[in-house]
Amino acid sequence: MSETLLRIDGLGIRYSGADAAALEAVSFELAQGERLAVVGESGSGKSTLALALAGLLPRHTWIEGTIAWPALGHPPVAGRDLGMVFQDPGNSLNPVLRIGEQVAEVAQRHLGFGWPQAYARAEHLLGQVRLPDPARLLRAFPHQLSGGQRQRVAIAAAMAATPALLIADEATSALDTIVQRDILLLLDQLVRERGTTLIFVTHDIALAAQFADRIAVFHRGRLMEIGEAGTVTTMPASPYTATLLASHISLVTPPLIDGAPT
Amino acid sequence: MLGLAVLLILIAMALLAPALFPRDPLAIAGRPLLAPFTDPSLPLGTDRLGRNVLAQLVHGARASLAVGVAAALVAILLGMLVGTLAGFAGGIVDEALMRVVDAFQIVPGFLLALAFVSVVGPSLPIVILAIALGAWTGPARLARAEVLSIRERDYVAAFRVLGMHPLEIAIREVLPNALPPVLALSSVIVAGAVLTEAALSFLGLGDPNIVTWGSMIAEGRNVLRSAAYLSVVPGLALVVTVLGIYLFSEGLSDAISGRRVRA
Amino acid sequence: MTGALLSIAGLDKTFRSGGPEVTALASVSLQLRRGETLGLVGPSGSGKSTLARVVMRLIEPDGGSLRFDGLDLLALKGEALRRQRKRLQMVFQDPLAAFNPRTTVGHALADPLRIHGLVPRTGRPAAIARLLDRVGLPASLAVRGIHEISGGQRQRVAIARALATEPDLIVLDEAVSALDLTVRNRILELLVELQRQSGLAYLFVSHDIAVVRAVAHRVAIMERGSIVETGPTPAVVAAPQSEIGHALVAAIPSFTSRTTRA
Repeated sequence: MSETLLRIDGLGIRYSGADAAALEAVSFELAQGERLAVVGESGSGKSTLALALAGLLPRHTWIEGTIAWPALGHPPVAGRDLGMVFQDPGNSLNPVLRIGEQVAEVAQRHLGFGWPQAYARAEHLLGQVRLPDPARLLRAFPHQLSGGQRQRVAIAAAMAATPALLIADEATSALDTIVQRDILLLLDQLVRERGTTLIFVTHDIALAAQFADRIAVFHRGRLMEIGEAGTVTTMPASPYTATLLASHISLVTPPLIDGAPT
Repeated sequence: MLGLAVLLILIAMALLAPALFPRDPLAIAGRPLLAPFTDPSLPLGTDRLGRNVLAQLVHGARASLAVGVAAALVAILLGMLVGTLAGFAGGIVDEALMRVVDAFQIVPGFLLALAFVSVVGPSLPIVILAIALGAWTGPARLARAEVLSIRERDYVAAFRVLGMHPLEIAIREVLPNALPPVLALSSVIVAGAVLTEAALSFLGLGDPNIVTWGSMIAEGRNVLRSAAYLSVVPGLALVVTVLGIYLFSEGLSDAISGRRVRA
Repeated sequence: MTGALLSIAGLDKTFRSGGPEVTALASVSLQLRRGETLGLVGPSGSGKSTLARVVMRLIEPDGGSLRFDGLDLLALKGEALRRQRKRLQMVFQDPLAAFNPRTTVGHALADPLRIHGLVPRTGRPAAIARLLDRVGLPASLAVRGIHEISGGQRQRVAIARALATEPDLIVLDEAVSALDLTVRNRILELLVELQRQSGLAYLFVSHDIAVVRAVAHRVAIMERGSIVETGPTPAVVAAPQSEIGHALVAAIPSFTSRTTRA
């Protein structure tokens, strides 16, 4: 039975100057090694939750409730206990530093490696995220890579110190469907191999259902329901979840057009 | 806040000058070289010809501020127009306009103003134009840089798709959006213009019919050892004005960026 | 082929911008009929957006021909081109970026009316209200700033702006990719309804083949600058012949199959 990594109780968050709360009365637990998908539309508070867990909320943000980390025993240190991948790889990667340096720095700082050892680890990680020719890529700059490749680098950097928790905040939303699927398969494999806990923020409930153990559905700052992925998608407890499910366009959804043009 | 206070006082001075000191500031008011704070009716004393220093100071505020602001406005308008056209058109138009900017930028602004006034003659509009000629290249480069980035945005493509004429896109839609960084520079331009005007007047190249702080400093040059206050007082006024402008613009940009909403 | 509204043959485009050459379009040919929706699908970098921009004459091709309703579109320049622009319009991916940030809804809609002299100044408020109504928005929205309204409303305004000149063809470049899924579906329904009412043709560019299947009569699949497969949508999606077609179909998540272990 894995330990509880994260326990959130009555969490409420309001940004300074905002009329409405970004999050309200949110409570749930997350077990170690679990993969949780946080699903919601714009304004649901899902990104706020990710930022709160990563300690990235702006100063003067009003917070109530508690965020406890029982298995860690202390709030997570960014880089060592917690890795984060953002929607826009430009937010995670520094455009003027070479890729090798950025990935190696995480190992150097949080694992106490010397630079040669850190670079060796970086090269290994770039191979693990299935980037071609890792040795050459160490010296490349972010702008020389495609969007999907940059996200792989961001994942490598986030995983460099083998954190207990990886948060992916809409990490595939800016990528095309094929790359999106590849990245998710990669994430799935990486976290399974290392027993890393994964919080995967997305607006696409069908995507969540493919890769998550549990799904948490957010709407306007409130947690509408949380449960096993299979259950939430087949027998949703909340009408809002049912709306989200109905909005998915699959390959069997009836088309909006009929046959030939008018 | 301090900057705003200083500027408000200056503006009040400039606007109220005719009310506070209705008589011609260049008229004789008392005996010459009266020291400051000796006569209550002449708080800052008199100059070599017995003219009221405080009256001159207050009237001088009008000239200095008016010239400073006017010159800055001309410089910004001219710079923005040239910079926007260059950045938007690209190609040979951009190259040609940028060489013109280079040419103006090579000559130090003050010397350019000096040369211009010497050749054309000292009058208020000429002084304003002269100062603007030395100051417009900064806004031009800044506007062009901003436009180069705006040009790639979807809304510019959208206007082209709608069939809008490129000149209309450049002037009506792109130029106003290229304004913010130039506005940030504007206070520096005003401060520089005030100082340039003072320097021109000091050298006797300002409009001889009006009082400016520069001309006051020039007047006081001859009696610097015995009546230093004649030069020091307008000099201090200049320092306070420029400081005030800087403090105000710092405060303004802080206030504007402070209001930016979190993502 | 006679009767084709848009006829493209052998379009080439290579980008040379100080770095390595990128072939964005390699001898691309396709046809689009009146009142038809042609879906243009492909992964990132396949050239679909470049093709869309070449059709709109935003980018000049290196070679090939582009005929619109029998007219040689590539031969037009200046004022003649601007006049023809009434008949082809475009909707962009990011509704916020597609408008001057300082504009109001009313001003944005007035632009096409004014540029092409379609409505005198006195008649414009009524024309704007009619356009807003066509896309399901209240007339009161005209005074709002473009940044004040929601993403879905903004994209409706973008569609309204495209409709203002009563075009024959609208190019939709990933026009629903940046929207929440429920909002996206309503926009798709609007587009299909507008097509039914006015016989509009759409060139629908997307990286999501499921969405294309829902709205397109025919589909063309692009990869690395070339069209690798075209045909009626149901046939192509049910049995893709190209490798990339297979990958695009496989990348669509469904609720019935989980990709990873439960």
